[in-house]
Amino acid sequence: MEYTILDVETNESFNCREDEPLLSAMKRTHKGPIQYGCGGGGCGVCKIHVLNGDFICFKKMSRAHISSEEYADHIVLSCCIKPTSNLIIKKFSQD
Amino acid sequence: MAITKTIRPGLIQIRVLDLDETLDFYKNIIGLDEVGRTSDGRVMLKTYDEFDHHSVVLRKADEAGLDYVAFKMVSEEALEQAKLDTEKFGYPVEVASDEQPGFGKRYSFKLCTGHTIQLYHEVELASDYPMLRNPDPWKEEPRGIRAQRFDHLLCYGPNIAEAERYFMEVLGMFAPEVCNTDDGKRFATWLTGGNKAHDIAFVEYEQPGKMHHFAFYLQDWNDIGHAADLIGKYRVKRDVGPTRHAITRGQTIYFWEPSGNRIETYAGGYAAYPDNPQRVWDVSEVGRGLFYYEGELIPSFLSVVS
Repeated sequence: MEYTILDVETNESFNCREDEPLLSAMKRTHKGPIQYGCGGGGCGVCKIHVLNGDFICFKKMSRAHISSEEYADHIVLSCCIKPTSNLIIKKFSQD
Repeated sequence: MAITKTIRPGLIQIRVLDLDETLDFYKNIIGLDEVGRTSDGRVMLKTYDEFDHHSVVLRKADEAGLDYVAFKMVSEEALEQAKLDTEKFGYPVEVASDEQPGFGKRYSFKLCTGHTIQLYHEVELASDYPMLRNPDPWKEEPRGIRAQRFDHLLCYGPNIAEAERYFMEVLGMFAPEVCNTDDGKRFATWLTGGNKAHDIAFVEYEQPGKMHHFAFYLQDWNDIGHAADLIGKYRVKRDVGPTRHAITRGQTIYFWEPSGNRIETYAGGYAAYPDNPQRVWDVSEVGRGLFYYEGELIPSFLSVVS
């Protein structure tokens, strides 16, 4: 099963397999807001906003970078989630 | 050179997000031995080549990063003197109240950079330590990347000039190497209490209390290559290397453990002597200083911390 991920800022789409971390799909396709550090949920560099769609968080994300309010608002680390539907995403920004 | 005040950073407590996965990494990739667990579930570890009770503690938490690092002082007198001098320097000191089996009294205080530093002298020998009589290099073949010791750490935080002054004035350390900004302010400092090129280093950073990495000492460049093989084989998230630092001259790889704390494997490095003149880097050249073979800075190196 593959899902389509749309990056609203570049208007580019790419595919992500259901068993694939979103960050891995970005690295594989060279699309989306690729920016990453530790790959382990600890450093917060790959922070994105999921504007639409469902996902699972398969790895714990550091609370220092994703507050519970942010998580409720679907602000996540792309190394820690896998899609369970098509997604619309954008790079996280403060505003 | 006799060490007169501070022997080494002998204990580090790290926050991890997933205890089981991260512990497996420290045991089987880094090659540490599990010493035991505290009553609140923290895991104590040591390298095969360390004598003291334990050197690395993992605490399950919501954030990755450094809880504290503790320095071993040469004597009880040196410890008590350092406590008084720390207070005189301006940092309130308390006795650490968390359990660290095998350790005697530990004093704890917060440095201006936001990092919690502890000082101790007494610590029991581990139940399993290196051979003393007609010793082999090891009792059993070391596992994983064959880490020999917890070696040093690099902290990111504000006002490192004051931190440097603290470590020199109170803990008797010196800075064999520093890096300054164009207007002459400290950008980075490498500090040691003995002959190692560094026991602790600091980089000036807006956010307090951040850890850039902590390091394990490997035997030599061959073992750095062996570590790189394991990083490839087990798909460890690598940051930089294998390469060499011009700063401290060490040979190195940086990578992240599963909770996002950066680890360095470090070998070589010069012998530091307090009577040698200080080496000084301009910040415009620091990329070359850090990554001598690449000749330039790797962007993730300065921006990614836990």
